[in-house]
Amino acid sequence: MSSTMEAITDHGPGHPGAVDRSGPALIDMRDISIAFGGIHAVESASVDLYPGEVVALLGHNGAGKSTLIKILSGAYKRDAGTIHVRGEEAAISNPRDAKAYGIETIYQTLALADNVDAAANLFLGREILTAWGTLDDAAMEAEARKVMGRLNPNFRRFKEPVKALSGGQRQSVAIARAILFNAKILIMDEPTAALGPQETAQVGELIKELKKDGIGIFLISHDIHDVFDLADRVIVMKNGQIVGGAKTGDVTKDEVLGMIILGKCPPGATPGPGAMVE
Amino acid sequence: MSQATSGTTAGAAATPGGGGLKGFIRATEVDTRMLGMVGALLVIWLVFHVLSGGIFLTPRNLWNLTVQTSSIAVMATGMVLVIVTRNIDLSVGSILGFTGMAMAALQAQILPGLLGFDSPFVWIITLLGGILVGVVIGGLQGYVIAYLGVPAFIVTLGGLLVWRGGAWWLTSGRTVAPLDDTFRLMGGGATGSLGETWTWVLALAACVVVAVSLVLARRRRLSFGFPLRPIWAEATIGAIVFVAIIGAAAIVNAYKWPSAIARRYATANGIEMPEGGLQIGYGVAVPVLLAIVVGIVMTFVARRTRFGRYVFAIGGNPEAAELAGINTRWVLVKVFMLMGGLAALGAAISTARLNAATNALGTLDELYVIAAAVIGGTSLAGGAGTIIGAMLGALVMQSLQSGMVLLGVDSPLQSIVVGIVLVIAVWIDTTYRRRAA
Repeated sequence: MSSTMEAITDHGPGHPGAVDRSGPALIDMRDISIAFGGIHAVESASVDLYPGEVVALLGHNGAGKSTLIKILSGAYKRDAGTIHVRGEEAAISNPRDAKAYGIETIYQTLALADNVDAAANLFLGREILTAWGTLDDAAMEAEARKVMGRLNPNFRRFKEPVKALSGGQRQSVAIARAILFNAKILIMDEPTAALGPQETAQVGELIKELKKDGIGIFLISHDIHDVFDLADRVIVMKNGQIVGGAKTGDVTKDEVLGMIILGKCPPGATPGPGAMVE
Repeated sequence: MSQATSGTTAGAAATPGGGGLKGFIRATEVDTRMLGMVGALLVIWLVFHVLSGGIFLTPRNLWNLTVQTSSIAVMATGMVLVIVTRNIDLSVGSILGFTGMAMAALQAQILPGLLGFDSPFVWIITLLGGILVGVVIGGLQGYVIAYLGVPAFIVTLGGLLVWRGGAWWLTSGRTVAPLDDTFRLMGGGATGSLGETWTWVLALAACVVVAVSLVLARRRRLSFGFPLRPIWAEATIGAIVFVAIIGAAAIVNAYKWPSAIARRYATANGIEMPEGGLQIGYGVAVPVLLAIVVGIVMTFVARRTRFGRYVFAIGGNPEAAELAGINTRWVLVKVFMLMGGLAALGAAISTARLNAATNALGTLDELYVIAAAVIGGTSLAGGAGTIIGAMLGALVMQSLQSGMVLLGVDSPLQSIVVGIVLVIAVWIDTTYRRRAA
């Protein structure tokens, strides 16, 4: 356990899984705001993410973390602010745009079409076609078997609609869909909410593996214990604003809890606009 | 392959007796729901056959049954996709009326003036023009539903009134008749049928296509190393389909032209009347052929194309479809355009059969079409339904109606029975789904 902690928090040069800060940020969201009918769900929030980095976005239910991230994935249109992907300004106004930038999302609700099978869900919107322009179900099933074999080797129910699957199986379908298309940026919204301890550990292993490939990951959670050990950095939100951010090595879990609950920034963290003024 | 086969046979062998049918169904991967529906249809036919003193299951009645079903069956294939996307189209009967009137006016009043009577192009221009009008109407309604956010129920309820009124307004309420001779072939009748030879050719071709597609599908699964159905299951499926196709062809060929028509045909063509009268079989009626082709094309669209996949994904989870990057609104517009086009094709069949277009044409058809889709297993909650099921549903509805006509049941009682059957069918289906889930 402690060795894992070290491996993640120690970013020595050349260390496998190191965060690469040499180039521009993978994602740089600046002063993002969005309001729904007069309620400011997110107010001038800024977050960034580097290759090989895991950033945990924490906060209570309703703090605005899912909303902020849905702006990045193209599900919501922002009212103000800019998004830069690898240093260049990105125009993201729908999910297709986001996917074109290599941004893949695993939604809290999983966003699966319950009535079709795993392969159809994996390739939804990006189907493999035959030379005649028809669906190549066999090829899609073959790919699905490959990727699911990696995530969940016991998975056999390729012919059934995903509504017949267990919570963990559905989750692995959603995760498989996100990593199938060479994602550069992965957003995981409460990825372990529906999982048992063993499956949660599996997701943890997967995150470490993806990190090694230089993929940047946003982990969204309302439970600090789920994500603290996996993250390189935490960013805390409260009432739609950023309380502050910190490297996980510079703060304790209790300090982060203080940020989440009270909005109080500890000395090791960089305060944001939402930090409590003393 | 051997692994999968032995696995299945072992599974079947482990549960003998009552498990035999279950094992058979599992091995052949037949939809039990569809099996139930075919069973129900056969029961309805047998009951009517007995009650009517043996006139229901005759070539003549079955041939008529297929012709009467074709217009509703064509439209039901489109309604499946509409309902699968969690929408409804109440305007199909009125669209049928409007496009039917438009096609009648086009071929009887406008085109002859431009092309002259008996031009071979009249029917095709009329048909394409009518389908275009249907697609435009459907597209218009689809646009209001998908982009302006007005519920489909309201938009198509409005459409029901608008297009019925439009049909009236188009010819100031006059009935338009007669129609172009070639166009009328789409309605069936003695000349609007394929005849015996072509029916056999078609049946054999269909058998070949089925056999080839079974083999190809198996090869494709084999090349990816997927589990396969046991050989005997494939053979059984093939055999059942062959028997059904050949049987249907034999039945429609056994229905002979009435002697008066045959005599007229003989004199017109200088054929000498043989002893016992000239025996000419009808064969498959053109409208039935149209319905079959539409059914095949729509099944292909629903199951093998990206559009079909999106339609079902939207029905299963509209939000997920949107997040997956599908342009859900445009897909919805296309679904309604398709429905409009199919309503126009239904109009071509109905008007051709009647040899006229009237104001009342297609009245209440929307309800029969929706009922056919729902009886055929399309879930009003969206996301589930099959084309073949809806067409069978149309056949069930028409069988009930024709059967009651044969028995001399009063017209109001017919409606009462059909209404009750609809409710019971959906109730059984809901119960079945709940148990299967």
